[in-house]
Amino acid sequence: MTEYNFETEGVKKTITYLNRKAPYGTIYALEVLESVLISAAFEQHANIVFVDDGVFQIKKDQDTADLDMKCFLPTYGIIEMEKEDADEDEDMDMNWRIIVEKESMEARGLTTDDFKIEVEVLSSAELADVLDTSDAVIGG
Amino acid sequence: MAAYSVNGAEIEHDEEGYITDVSQWNRDLAQIIADAEGLDMTDEHWSVVDFLREYYNEYQIAPAVRVLVKAVKKKFGPEKGSNKYLYELFPYGPAKQACKVAGLPKPTGCV
Repeated sequence: MTEYNFETEGVKKTITYLNRKAPYGTIYALEVLESVLISAAFEQHANIVFVDDGVFQIKKDQDTADLDMKCFLPTYGIIEMEKEDADEDEDMDMNWRIIVEKESMEARGLTTDDFKIEVEVLSSAELADVLDTSDAVIGG
Repeated sequence: MAAYSVNGAEIEHDEEGYITDVSQWNRDLAQIIADAEGLDMTDEHWSVVDFLREYYNEYQIAPAVRVLVKAVKKKFGPEKGSNKYLYELFPYGPAKQACKVAGLPKPTGCV
């Protein structure tokens, strides 16, 4: 049987959250968003990545009225706020990156101006390095 | 569905007392909910309620308790920036009780 270690004091991991799906139609986007917010509570390092149709999750001007679903686009603002907070606070050891894959963005005719939050644009090859240096990758 | 009566208006709430439409909130309603909760509303209580409403308006969810603690600390000083202080203000849990007074949906977390 696997032995689990539940001692978490001082443990610091880099977790990459890989958002690959459009915001509505499935629960993936919202679930990943909630996980990201939880990781902030534990001051973990995180890369919040948007690839494939996942880039639509942070596209401005979403209107969910016809879907009869709550629009959670404003909630992504918390990621931006937490990142800025961590960057400014010298006592806080929490490094966050918000990343959009260039190829996915361009294939959908989007630019960084279309996004609700400030992002870093990386090529597919550069993104591969990010995934490679992560302790864990959570796909959604 | 049960409702609060505020200045002649009926504002619906669920079985636990959370109002069902955030936009119907007003200060008189908050006072009525606070009275029902047995809370003696001070300036500090109102500040927490105002912060919750501002945060909800901007991000569409209630803040994590950690974020709330930080905001209180900024506003009232380090000695009040603790979970314990928030529990003194809202003994039945800062998130659950303060959100109820602020007219926000019931938080999914445990405090």
